[in-house]
This record gives sequence, structure tokens and C-alpha cells, in this order.
Amino acid sequence: MITLQNVTKRYGTFEAIQSISLHIKPGEIHGIIGASGAGKSTLLRMMNLLEKPDEGDVIINNKKINHLKGKEIRHIRQSLGMIFQGHNLVGNKTVFGNVAVPLEIAKVEKKHRTERVMESLQFVGLETFKDKYPRQLSGGQKQRVAIARAIVNDPKVLLCDEPTSSLDSTTTMEILEVLKQINQKLNVTIVIVSHEMDVIRSLSERVTVMADGQIYDVVDIKPTGVHKIKKGAATFVEQLKSGGDSNHS
Amino acid sequence: MIPIIPDVLVEYQSEIWVSIGESSIMVGFSVLAALLVGLPIGTFLFLCRKGQLLENRIVFSSLNLIVNIIRSFPFLLLVIFMIPFTRFVMGTAIGTAAATLPMMVIAIAHYSRLVEQSLLDVPKGVIHAAVSMGASVKDIIFKFLYVEARSALVLSMTTSTISFISYSTIMGVVGGGGIGDFAIRYGYLQYRTDLMVYIIIIIVIFVQIIQYTGITLARKIDKR
Ligand SMILES: Nc1ncnc2c1ncn2[C@@H]1O[C@H](COP(=O)(O)OP(=O)(O)OP(=O)(O)O)[C@@H](O)[C@H]1O
Ligand SMILES: [Mg+2]
Repeated sequence: MITLQNVTKRYGTFEAIQSISLHIKPGEIHGIIGASGAGKSTLLRMMNLLEKPDEGDVIINNKKINHLKGKEIRHIRQSLGMIFQGHNLVGNKTVFGNVAVPLEIAKVEKKHRTERVMESLQFVGLETFKDKYPRQLSGGQKQRVAIARAIVNDPKVLLCDEPTSSLDSTTTMEILEVLKQINQKLNVTIVIVSHEMDVIRSLSERVTVMADGQIYDVVDIKPTGVHKIKKGAATFVEQLKSGGDSNHS
Repeated sequence: MIPIIPDVLVEYQSEIWVSIGESSIMVGFSVLAALLVGLPIGTFLFLCRKGQLLENRIVFSSLNLIVNIIRSFPFLLLVIFMIPFTRFVMGTAIGTAAATLPMMVIAIAHYSRLVEQSLLDVPKGVIHAAVSMGASVKDIIFKFLYVEARSALVLSMTTSTISFISYSTIMGVVGGGGIGDFAIRYGYLQYRTDLMVYIIIIIVIFVQIIQYTGITLARKIDKR
């Protein structure tokens, strides 16, 4: 689905990403975990070229995309959904208006838009909120609108950068459930970045553990329940492999 | 109830109406210039800033400097400084039409700065989300920036318009006329203080109406 091949990203002389290779399989939920500053966001943002690699290739569906320009890049971004820690909704647009924007950008015909927006809103359970404004919603609802907006254009991949980091644990579980549904029912590949072990563990099938701009390990796991968080790449791996409920901190 | 209009105003009413007409032309064209030229320049100024979509230090610094220079000119000096240019463009440097040109120049500089500031208040995350969904610069301007900043843009326009009214009052120096010039001519040069006071009241009422309309509209369209 998405392949990063020896990608390097520098900010000045600092190498935020050091020659990383990573393959995201079609249909999987791939977690990326690591301490703050490890380069998780940078790696994720390379997948839709929000950051261009200084070296190496980004390959989507067997096509190198890192040398594309303007319009073609925008076209690729339109086919990849993305959500963030903040909902980043437009406060002056209704829920419906917000979700409709990607369709307007992709120049989807007007007559098809309403149906697709409503489908998307139904999927996140907010169809009755379509005429509300973001300020009238709870944090979790706003994030669900952001998810609806990210999937309205039928993306094959959904990139998530700390999507639950500003939510409480109950709301986090709700959002993770929605993401699971998107993966299973809509067959969307998901890449999720988090520094929270419980989030990664309850969702992902494969986890990339990052430290200092490099991949420390890639671990296959079966998604399970909620576990406590510990810091440090080695501890992340240890917890992922062991089932993780020993040595709570 | 019959409104009580002071006799002097009735006496001078035809001249007052002409003056109001001249003021309206000067302020009206300034508003138009602010919207048609100031808004795009302010938007461009914002987009060229460090960390924004069209980041460009040279373009930003140059444009920024020009706007600052125009805005720091004492307005009366700007009008006089511009006379050769005004004459070149308008064929004359005297009269309401000629006076409108320097007004438009200051209007563009004034509003573009306020537009830039208003756009700075749009949360960065909103722009990031827009970029991530493949929006073009045009999409980002019209579907995100202007939508999110719309009440600030209206309030800025209100502030600008009120400044334009103030600027317009000195346009008598180049024969621009207008209500301010009327008040100066009678109040200062002919010692008709009563007439001047009434004119000032009329201007205050105008400003109040504009302020109220602007604030009400801004509030109505703010859904955040
Ligand atoms: N635009 C930038 N300019 C300079 N340095 C940057 C920039 N973006 C990121 N970095 C640096 O690159 C490194 C990786 O950043 P990144 O945001 O990818 O980390 P992260 O793993 O997502 O951290 P967090 O958990 O705090 O979000 C950090 O050291 C950061 O300071
Ligand atoms: Mg990050």
C-alpha cells in the first residue's frame, strides 16, 4: 500500500528521520509508537508528502510519489485521509459543511455530495448533528466529525497523528472503536501514531517502535485490551511482546 | 413626532447634501478599493509570511515595507506628496475625484494590514488539515481562511471605514470637498461654531451607525 524506502529527513543538519524503510500492508492497522521527538509525526507526514524526504522514496501502490509536484501531490492527498490530535474543524461551518469540504476540493459533483456526506456522518453516528456547529459538540464528537471528513472521499488509507491524545479514556475508546470499524467495514488501511501504549495495543496488528529518528523494532501483535504506558523504546517492545500487564508504572 | 431639525441645517441643507455626497464618493471608493485590492494584498501578505503556504521572505519584506511606509505617512503629507501622481493619473489634482485617489491608496494599505492580522487568528491546525486534504491555495483562501476569519474581516472593514471618514475630512486641501471640509469652512473660517457642532454630530451619528452595523453583522456571522 505505502512503502518508505530509505527515507531521510533533515531539519538543517539535524536528521529527524535516518534512512528508514517501512512497508504498510494493505488492510492492516499499523501503529507507530515512540517517545516524544522520536520522529513519529515526521514519518507519518512523509506518507502524504506533507514532508518531502531529502533522500529515499515514498511509494504508493507501486508508484514513486516523492518527485511529484503541486497538482499531482494534491491529488494524492485527496485520496488519503488524515486526522490529527486537534479536530481542526472550521468553526464557522456546520458539521455538514465541514464534512463536505473534501468533496468540494476534489470537485465531486454537487448532486452526489449530500449523499456521501450523510453516509460518512452516519458511519460515525452523527447524522442528526449535521446542522450543528463544532462549538456545540463535545471533544469526542468533534473528533468524529474530523474522522467523517477524512473518510468522505473514500480514501484507501487513513493517517492518524495522535488522534486521541487530547481526549479522556472513555472518549478515546469510542474513537478507537470508530477507527476499527473504518478498517473492517470500509476496508481502509490505517496508520496510527501515538505515544500511548494502550491506544496502539488495542488497535494495531503491527507496530513500528521508533527512537531517535530510527526504527527500533517492528512488532507483530494481536490487538488486546488496555494497558499502562511505559517510556523508552525497549520498554515499548517488551510490553508489546509480553502482553504488557507486568510491571505497571 | 416631528423631528426637530435646527434652522441652520435647514438653511444650509442643499450645501450639506452636496458635501455628504462628496464624502460618500470618497469613502465609498475607498471601501471599494479596500475590498478589491486591500483584501487580496492582505491575504497575499499573510500567505508570504514565515511558516505560511507561500512563504517568501523577499516578497513579504518588500510588501510589508510598502504598506508600513504608506501607513506611517501623516495623511495630509501623503495627499500633497501624491499630487504629481494624482495629476498624472486623474488629469487634475483638484476636486472630489482627484481627492479620491490618495484616499484609495491609504485605504488599501490600511485594510490590507488588518486583513493580514485577521488571518493570523485562524488556527494553524485548520490550515494544516486543509493542506492534508489536498486543498489548493485558492481552496484554502476561500473555503478555510475567509470562512474562519469572516467576522474579523467585517470588524476590520468597520474600523477601516471609520478611519476613511476621518481621512476624508481633510480633503478640502485639494478641493475634495466633503462634510468635514464644509464644517471647517464654516466653523473655522466663518466662525459658525453652531453649524460646525451640528456637522460634527451628524458625523458622529454616521460613525455610530457604521460601528453598530459592523458589530452586529460580525456577531451574527460568527459561529465559533
Ligand atoms: N519543522 C521542523 N523544524 C525543525 N525541527 C523539526 C521540525 N519538525 C520536527 N522537528 C524535529 O524533528 C524531530 C521529530 O519530530 P516529530 O514531530 O516527528 O516527533 P514526534 O515523534 O511526533 O514527537 P511527539 O510525540 O512530541 O509528537 C524532533 O526532534 C523535532 O524537534
Ligand atoms: Mg508528533
